Amino acid sequence: MAHSDHDNPALGHHWESFEQQHQGNVMGMWLFLSTEIMLFSGMFLAYFIFRMLYPDMFTAANHFQNVFLGTVNTAVLIMSSVTMVLAVRSAQVGNNRLLRIFLLATAFLGLVFLGIKAYEYYEHWHEGLVPGLHWTNAELIADEAKGIFKGSAQIYFFMYFVMTIIHALHMTVGLGIVLTLWWRARDGRFLKEGFDPIELIGLYWHFVDVVWVFLFPLLYLLGKQG
Amino acid sequence: MAHIVPVRTYLMVGLALILLTAITVAVAYVDLGPLNEVVALAVAAIKATLIVLIFMNARYAKGPTKLFIFMGLIMMAIFMVFTMDDYMTRQWTLFTQP
Amino acid sequence: MAVPTLALPQKKNYINAGSGLKSWLLTTDHKRIAILYLISISIMFLLGGLMAALIRMELLTPAADLMGSDDYNRLFTSHGVVMIFGFLIPSIPAVLGNFLIPLMIGAKDLAFPRVNLLSWYIYMVAGVMVLWVLFNGGLDTGWTFYTPYSSSVSTSEVLPTTLAVFIMGFSSILTGLNFIVTIHTMRAPGMTWFRMPLFLWSMYATSLIMLLGTPVLGITMLLLFAERVFGVGIFDPALGGDPLLFQHFFWFYSHPAVYIMILPSMGVISEVIAAFTRKRIFGYRFVAFSSIAIAIFGFLVWAHHMFVAGMSIHAALIFSLLSYLVAIPSAIKVFNWSATLYKGSIQFSTPMLYAMGFLGLFTIGGLTGLFLSALALDVHVTDTYFVVAHFHFIMVGGAVMGYLAGLHFWWPKITGRMYSETWAKLAALITFIGFNVTFFPQFIVGFLGMPRRYHTYAPEFQVLNILSTAGASILAVGMILPIFYLTSSLWSGKRAGKNPWGAAGLEWETESPPPQFNFDETPVVTVGAYNYGPVEDKIG
Repeated sequence: MAHSDHDNPALGHHWESFEQQHQGNVMGMWLFLSTEIMLFSGMFLAYFIFRMLYPDMFTAANHFQNVFLGTVNTAVLIMSSVTMVLAVRSAQVGNNRLLRIFLLATAFLGLVFLGIKAYEYYEHWHEGLVPGLHWTNAELIADEAKGIFKGSAQIYFFMYFVMTIIHALHMTVGLGIVLTLWWRARDGRFLKEGFDPIELIGLYWHFVDVVWVFLFPLLYLLGKQG
Repeated sequence: MAHIVPVRTYLMVGLALILLTAITVAVAYVDLGPLNEVVALAVAAIKATLIVLIFMNARYAKGPTKLFIFMGLIMMAIFMVFTMDDYMTRQWTLFTQP
Repeated sequence: MAVPTLALPQKKNYINAGSGLKSWLLTTDHKRIAILYLISISIMFLLGGLMAALIRMELLTPAADLMGSDDYNRLFTSHGVVMIFGFLIPSIPAVLGNFLIPLMIGAKDLAFPRVNLLSWYIYMVAGVMVLWVLFNGGLDTGWTFYTPYSSSVSTSEVLPTTLAVFIMGFSSILTGLNFIVTIHTMRAPGMTWFRMPLFLWSMYATSLIMLLGTPVLGITMLLLFAERVFGVGIFDPALGGDPLLFQHFFWFYSHPAVYIMILPSMGVISEVIAAFTRKRIFGYRFVAFSSIAIAIFGFLVWAHHMFVAGMSIHAALIFSLLSYLVAIPSAIKVFNWSATLYKGSIQFSTPMLYAMGFLGLFTIGGLTGLFLSALALDVHVTDTYFVVAHFHFIMVGGAVMGYLAGLHFWWPKITGRMYSETWAKLAALITFIGFNVTFFPQFIVGFLGMPRRYHTYAPEFQVLNILSTAGASILAVGMILPIFYLTSSLWSGKRAGKNPWGAAGLEWETESPPPQFNFDETPVVTVGAYNYGPVEDKIG
């Protein structure tokens, strides 16, 4: 087995076997994801600290979030994770047609997510909730001036935009890769040469989903009970 | 090498995730005091665990990869706990009369 | 993409395997990428050194002679940014690590060769941005970018520099990731964890820090960038933010980054001391695990840079206590190296001279670190030349000495040529003397209260500053000499042969310079590292 592996161009010259290559690839992706955890942990930490310092401001600012769109988006992202995992499974069982269908479905759902997100940003702009660029929201500015809450509501939206834009950038990169793999899969190469790329993008896609799973309650839900 | 999981499992997990999302949204409108934050984060943690274990196949991970899955979380905990310690104790003044 | 796996003709090596600039710029060979890094970081080192020379010249007299405070701020900031991000962080990992890791474990390449090349390109993009900043106004915030000065006040080039540091981080992350996967999955048959050379243990520990620390620096730079661009944010108190948060974020990476710089040197020193005492490193496992311990403890001490910044006393006490912990694994290493020297057949070749220098200077640097982790004493010496002297003992006396030891030790392997031993020994000696004369007076002048980061100072400090500047000019000679004798060795050096030092290790079993795929056949390992003479392999 190990001897014939090197006839296959999908095996890098420096690896001894497909198994070794696969092990290295998966380990590399998990290590990369642990760096992503650290990247996001900085933002989450800043969020927690300012929430602790200015709880009333967070509640007031949170009032402007559209929970309905956020919930729909969460559902869309979960469904895209399901189609992604089914794409990986299709590759495992050797069904190229289903692999391509599920990849396309994943990309479509990802696009829907980004579309809804863009619409939300548009709404925020309309309501004057973009810190620095378009901060004209009369209610928040008045409440802040009256001292109804401590701290500047711009901080909440600053954190909101930084976190969701970086998340959306991750989505966009993932979307690009999913589409590329969908295109490359048309000749069934992943069934012949191994499907490490499909598996790795799957891991990445689910990770981005996990980040959203935490962003959603923190940015949309907390503060609604009042 | 590859573990082939039945389609049903994936669909059930997907359904569970949607249900948990519905629960967390519903609970958010009930005033539980500080428990609101706890519930929101706990539900998110359950959802994340489901995704990591089942969708990302972490339960089949071996040796070092298993370690690396936890490594990021441990580092995140260190980062957050130690920084928070500073913020939560800034108001304390040591060695002063009550 | 895939390098053709043709049977190699004899005497082909990685250097003559392909010719032309393109074959270098598009290579995925870890050895060639190491050379690319060697050239780029040497340029950075020379630039940073030039700035150090200017700083020392300005400080020759108490008055402002060469420049005003604005230029001086830009000067020491650039010195810091170039030396830390451009030279020290990549130095040993990207050059020696890249070259040696696959050789030492008996692999053909790193796990992800194209990612490896990508990390060099990322480094170059960021490096060019840093150079652009240098020639277009510079940066005056100090390499620490403290807010709110950097976010709201400074008019210098904060944005491109933060962006460059952000980009450079990716290079570091990708290198670390590559190393960890390689060490885990690509070891040759028989190369168990406890048969690995200690250099690999230290590279592994370094990679962990690169991987887990660098993303936090990335997000810090990104938040600072956004704050500066939009005038809204979380670090400037005028905007409702907290400047201490920036310091927490920044030091969460930048303190462990110190260990990114020193751990690889420790690995080099283990190799060099074993080779030139003809002995197995005493307490191999302790030295191996102390590398991992340094990586872990390194993440628990960051706020000792913030004792006087207004942090809570509770947190300061905890961080002070934890800071002492780092001394334990560091001391374990120093003791074990010293014990290795005992009854060894010591041979004072150039790498060994640097290693001996390292031992002494690192010990002084480490012990003065304990002064600084003492909460009360730190309040007295914070932001004085005592701190400057401390970290230069670690960074130059430790990291750079280790880098030079490694470069001289593996130079014959990298190039296939021997350098002039006489010149090299002379340079090592000059470096050691120059270094001590430069930085030892700074301990004293710092303890007497001379603050860092000012271009003028009180006249009573002048004698010690003159001494320091004089030392710097000696040090400069020691740093410039290697450029000449190492370069000339490429043409006139005598051929090195496989193993000029008679050292143990897989890298010495292949040709010098190594063939394109390192080994003609995958080696099989049967003995532990440092299998010198009658010492038995106890690991089995």
